Amino acid sequence: MTPARTLRTALAALALAWAAAAMAAGTTYYRFDNARQQARYDRLTEELRCLVCQGESIADSHADLAKDLRDQVHEMVAAGKTDRQVIDFMVDRYGNFILYRPPVEPATWLLWGGPFLLLCLAAAVALARARRSRVEPVRALDEEERRRLGDALSRHHGRQGRS
Amino acid sequence: MIPEAGHFALILALTMALAQAGFALCGAWRGRVRWMQVADSAVTGQLFFVTVAFGVLAWSFYSNDFSVAYVAENSNSHLPWFYRLAAVWGAHEGSLLLWVLILCVWTMAVELFSSELPEAFRARVLGVMGIVSAAFLLFMLATSNPFTRLFPAPMEGRDLNPLLQDFGLIAHPPMLYMGYVGFSVAFSFAVAALLGGRLDAAWARWSRPWTLAAWTFLTVGIAMGSWWAYYELGWGGWWFWDPVENASFMPWLAGTALIHSLAVTEKRGVLKSWTVLLAIFAFSLSLLGTFIVRSGVLNSVHAFATDPQRGVFVLVLLALVVGGSLAVYAWRAPLIRSRGRFDLLSRETMLLFNNAMLAVAAVTVLLGTLYPLIVDAMGLGKISVGSPYYNMVFVPIMVPLLVLAGIGPMVRWKVQGAGALARKLRAALLASGVAAVVALWWIVNTSPEAVLGLTLAVWIAWTSLQGVFERLRHKSRPVRALRQIPRGFWGMTLAHLGIAVFVAGVTVVSTFGVKSDLRMAPGDSFDAAGYTWRFGGVHPVEGPNYTAQEGSVTVLRDSTVVARLRPQKRTYLVQRNPTTEAGIEAGVFRDLYVSLGERLPGDGAWSLRVQYKPLVRWIWFGALMMAVGGALGATDPRYRKLLARERAAADGRGEVTV
Amino acid sequence: MKRFAVPVIVFAGLLALLAVGLKLDPRRVPSPLIGKPAPAFEASSLHDPSRQLSLADLHGKVALVNVWASWCASCRQEHPYVRELARRGVPVYGIDYKDARADAVDWLNTLGNAYVATVFDPRGRIGLDWGVYGVPETFVLDANGVVRHKHIGAIDDRSLEDEILPLVRRLRAEATK
Repeated sequence: MTPARTLRTALAALALAWAAAAMAAGTTYYRFDNARQQARYDRLTEELRCLVCQGESIADSHADLAKDLRDQVHEMVAAGKTDRQVIDFMVDRYGNFILYRPPVEPATWLLWGGPFLLLCLAAAVALARARRSRVEPVRALDEEERRRLGDALSRHHGRQGRS
Repeated sequence: MIPEAGHFALILALTMALAQAGFALCGAWRGRVRWMQVADSAVTGQLFFVTVAFGVLAWSFYSNDFSVAYVAENSNSHLPWFYRLAAVWGAHEGSLLLWVLILCVWTMAVELFSSELPEAFRARVLGVMGIVSAAFLLFMLATSNPFTRLFPAPMEGRDLNPLLQDFGLIAHPPMLYMGYVGFSVAFSFAVAALLGGRLDAAWARWSRPWTLAAWTFLTVGIAMGSWWAYYELGWGGWWFWDPVENASFMPWLAGTALIHSLAVTEKRGVLKSWTVLLAIFAFSLSLLGTFIVRSGVLNSVHAFATDPQRGVFVLVLLALVVGGSLAVYAWRAPLIRSRGRFDLLSRETMLLFNNAMLAVAAVTVLLGTLYPLIVDAMGLGKISVGSPYYNMVFVPIMVPLLVLAGIGPMVRWKVQGAGALARKLRAALLASGVAAVVALWWIVNTSPEAVLGLTLAVWIAWTSLQGVFERLRHKSRPVRALRQIPRGFWGMTLAHLGIAVFVAGVTVVSTFGVKSDLRMAPGDSFDAAGYTWRFGGVHPVEGPNYTAQEGSVTVLRDSTVVARLRPQKRTYLVQRNPTTEAGIEAGVFRDLYVSLGERLPGDGAWSLRVQYKPLVRWIWFGALMMAVGGALGATDPRYRKLLARERAAADGRGEVTV
Repeated sequence: MKRFAVPVIVFAGLLALLAVGLKLDPRRVPSPLIGKPAPAFEASSLHDPSRQLSLADLHGKVALVNVWASWCASCRQEHPYVRELARRGVPVYGIDYKDARADAVDWLNTLGNAYVATVFDPRGRIGLDWGVYGVPETFVLDANGVVRHKHIGAIDDRSLEDEILPLVRRLRAEATK
């Protein structure tokens, strides 16, 4: 090969390498087989509470424990465990405190059902109140009332000195 | 010496507050005008002394007086001066002082701008405010004195929590407190009316501007808090249903019900006892919020340093003020008579349902916030109640309310024909239907919540604008008619449009928002949400009182650079807790958001989170629109005109109402 | 007339709840393991990497399992109490949580090793199974290997004398029946 061609080849190789480097892909931190698993992971980690900071989900927390729990969730989801199995795993070890969505059980019936019952109750009370204030349809005066009205008016006019 | 002066000023302020309450209430009870006048002077005195105390504390911060324990715990000489001043309200004791200062400001405002009120009623209002003020001053002096000294004084302070070293601290608490505390005015008006045994439409008209003003401030305060959390905390959320956030949201919900209820009572003289109860309810929720934040009863990232003794004191305060007012309500409310009549289909009924639903919403948030405590108190273990719960329960409850927000303004007072209403709403229904169809077709993974949200946003926006249009329709000179529309009406329209914008923002960012946790080495790129995110590595930087690792992320769309973001991981020199500063590219229609995770083993790689947040700014813009609407309503010249007329009439009759 | 009193009555109930709440600690997370067999594990001993440890090594006796780490300041403050427990004849086993082997061994050499045996848990997997969310934490196991109590945080005088020792005595009495 001539020196020129060598140089061109080298440059081309360099350019290619540079391009490849520029296109080097970052990856998602956790790898999943498909988007559905990724979505499940996202949802699960947002529903689990970080016990260290206690004000964040394990998805958002920077705490060490949160990272460990995220690793655990990732492992389980990637291994094909169901959402129920992941939740049960966490609850077995940390109790219901770790769930941001409280389980539906007798102790939480009031929590889950209360608002809707209250809504119905409030609507009923409002309706009752509205009904009580109904505008009465105006009906014509009957004989007796007309006579009384006539008497009252003539008395009033009499007092005023008018006919 | 100076901090002691501050302490002394607080003691004097307490005596002023007690004088204010005592002279005002006794004067009103006994009909002694002189006593009521003393109360007026006491208001000024209290404001003066609390301002002095606040000024002293501010000076202690500014001059780095670390012999004051509170300053030593919350400040540092390297802190920039504006944070040093904002740090005055950065923790428990100082924020209480701010609370009391703001209460004094509102009291002074009421004292100055209420000359048209009957003497006795006015005195009772100031008296009730005096009781609240005295209670808080006593609380401060007994358990939370900001002027306690440290001997020997440390050389340096412990520094302000890095998360608070931000503009948000300067603006958010004062706005929030103006709102929270402002509801005490409506509260005092309510209790004063109950004590005086007279409640009429005039009372509602007097209360309205004050309540609207407080509501406006609270709306701004909450919106600021949400915006601050979004850019400060580093993971792109804007609402967490944290107990302290809920503590500000509940009074807002009750306050919204209250401003609507006041409108009904003013215009039609009905729903009086409901309005009074709502006024008490709104401020009670403010006080409950104060309890939650400062007693340690609930878990929150937001909570101030807790102390069981403080908790007990606030609980007693709560019992006396709220319990007392509710007892007065139980005693006097039976005397209230609403004489107006309205049909089943009428604006009164619409607003009645509106208030009922808002009240249920507030109680729902309260239930969710307190439930972990309920379960624990019953010995049934510990649970957590977070976003998933509220999304499933709170959001559905709001849906009928949002529907009503479109219907209500279209309904006539007293009587509305169903057919006429249906005709009026036809266009809006059609528009919303179209929106629903478009949304269904456009959103690939059809999310019913998204469709519902967008439909509701269109529904409310359309009906609000239609309301303006209706006012101009049959007028021969529409431009003139435009100027004749009362300011309050513009306020309502703008506020309702704000709701539509808010709902659209929430819906879109929740449905279309994209979040990716990535592992990137310098030079790596990743495609997400239609953008290419390129990581340029991390290098150290220095700030005034922190050092940081700053990452550089370039965001491209179709090979054009759209943003250069600089997320940081900061370590503040004194407190050494790492904080994350997100790199945000703000836009009207979308935000691009990057936050750094941690350094990963090998080749300079880092974990980071990139987010695409469409329409997220609409959330706060919508809230801002609501606030401007409230401000327009509060400053409606109609009130002044009516007051002037009323005053002239009272003068003409030679009346001195007692 | 009565309905106007509803708000104040409801509020009284709320006050009662809040009053009770003042005595509780919302941050404390109780363990769901109490009353259940301690989670099984098999991992290498801290001092001897080739030796595997498991719950069988507790030999059916009432014992304490203390989770600690060399990077934890409270654990350092707690360790004298661990040694006191050992001195009083209570076997204490250790789980070295998310630590470096060398650091942990040094730590024990400096402060005095009071543990019958310590298992090395570098990735925190055992800790996760035991529901550990911070160090130090101490579990009390009965003679059948069932978790009977979890003490969160460092052991001090009060918890030693009023909480742990009485429980150990009770569990031992139970075992002899």
